[in-house]
Amino acid sequence: MTYVLRVVVVAYLFLLVAWPVSLVVTHTFAHGDEAIRAILEDPDMQSALRLTAIAAVVATVINTVFGVGVSLLLVRNEFPGKRVVSALLDLPLSVSPIVVGLALVLVYGGRNGWLGPSLESAGFQVIFSTPGIIMATAFVSLPLVIREVVPVLHELGTEQEQAAASLGASGAQTFWRITLPSIKWAVVYGVVLTLARSLGEFGAVKVVSGNVLGSTRTATLAVEEKYLNFDQEGAYAIAFLLASVSVLAILVVFVLRSREARHH
Amino acid sequence: MSVSEDVARRAPARRTATHDLTRTSGIGLGVTMIWFSLLVLVPLAAVVATAAAGGLGGFWSAISNEQTAAAIKLTVLSAFAVTVVNIVVGTTISWVLVRDGFPGKKLLELVIDIPFALPTIVAGLVLVSLYGNDSPLGLHVANTEYSVFLAFLFVTLPFVVRTVQPVLEQLDPEIEEAAASLGASRLTTFRRVVLPALVPAIAAGAALSFARAVGEYGSLVLLSGNLPFRSEVTSVRILAAIENDNRSSAAAIATLLLLISLAVIVLLDVVQRRVARRG
Repeated sequence: MTYVLRVVVVAYLFLLVAWPVSLVVTHTFAHGDEAIRAILEDPDMQSALRLTAIAAVVATVINTVFGVGVSLLLVRNEFPGKRVVSALLDLPLSVSPIVVGLALVLVYGGRNGWLGPSLESAGFQVIFSTPGIIMATAFVSLPLVIREVVPVLHELGTEQEQAAASLGASGAQTFWRITLPSIKWAVVYGVVLTLARSLGEFGAVKVVSGNVLGSTRTATLAVEEKYLNFDQEGAYAIAFLLASVSVLAILVVFVLRSREARHH
Repeated sequence: MSVSEDVARRAPARRTATHDLTRTSGIGLGVTMIWFSLLVLVPLAAVVATAAAGGLGGFWSAISNEQTAAAIKLTVLSAFAVTVVNIVVGTTISWVLVRDGFPGKKLLELVIDIPFALPTIVAGLVLVSLYGNDSPLGLHVANTEYSVFLAFLFVTLPFVVRTVQPVLEQLDPEIEEAAASLGASRLTTFRRVVLPALVPAIAAGAALSFARAVGEYGSLVLLSGNLPFRSEVTSVRILAAIENDNRSSAAAIATLLLLISLAVIVLLDVVQRRVARRG
């Protein structure tokens, strides 16, 4: 029975994930490194990759600062509406990326959004521009740091922080020297997962970006565009670059986690 | 996935001393809530408000449009079917990961997390290369209604596994051995001893997996072909409405999606609480 289950599970995962994902590699390198080189030398693709990297890094920085702050507030303080806030913070994970894009356009759209026209007359364009892409990316990956940090803070308790405070440490000193080192790994996992999720965002970015070649086309949008224009090799090559980063991200978290598990 | 529940179960011991807001944390709370509102709450409210502005009649006419209704039906049925498969297969996978040991098991752990991190458009591309028109398997799922099921299955794979696995790890095999020594068959032991302990985690994973599937877009673009009345999902209809500058209709369909996700999350939360109370 155990043996049967094992075979079934391995076969299922092989057919659903491992085999399809491995095909990206074989398709990309069907003609050696030609396809990858063509992508890396194409100025439009360079700007797409750069935009994706900028949006992902900025969104990750925002979500990390926000996430650590919110986690501390949620775990260490009492305030009215705390349960509601905590439930709402998980919301972005269950909202369709297209709905995320629509929601941002309805508020920040330059023509008839709620805030868009006033922002635009102040010279600040959000939709069809980089800030919109960053916001869409930050929206979809918002809870990931919080989900890693909150349980660790709960488990940690406040004894050490109280000890530090009683010895005269300021709030900032306590945070940098006691709290942050203890939640270090949780933050690292959160950052890696946020980065992976951010690099790959597609639907929300498609709605807010306008998908203009060379200016607001991200790497994921370029995969779609190349595939639909029968440039399969190009599509596979960008997909390979994106997939390598995400597999690397999982690998990093995986190795760190098993190292941590061994220490305990 | 639900890390907090998992840890709460593992280490319920230490009570965290919380205190009322100091001035610094008060300011911090203010700043973070303003950002959260600007990024998430106000935009989502704008979706609901735009849908509501059309009145109940407008809402109904948007979602009862023949093509949209077909897309909603396909999306919900496929999401439901995928959730059922995930409940069975996801629980089985976590069982194998926790209770079985064989070389290469660690690799499986890695494979399960891939759908989390892989960009959805890449997920669609890889599924096309195995199940599309030049499928090495001879399976032509692309551009059929089954492509929707396949894409959902891929992107929701980790949810049930990752919620059930930590609970199963905490479960003491001795209780199962006790049941077995009292003459219970393996199936009875699983049904009467193991399963009740897993139900809350399975329900949580199922809710996440359903909510994710209902809103899925990226993995379908290349795989499903978006054929009206055949393989078109709800998010594609919303996008079409946005591109036609028909905002009220886009907002109406989006609101329906938000309501469906909300209903499923609430329903499974109720299931979870009921089981927890009984146990």
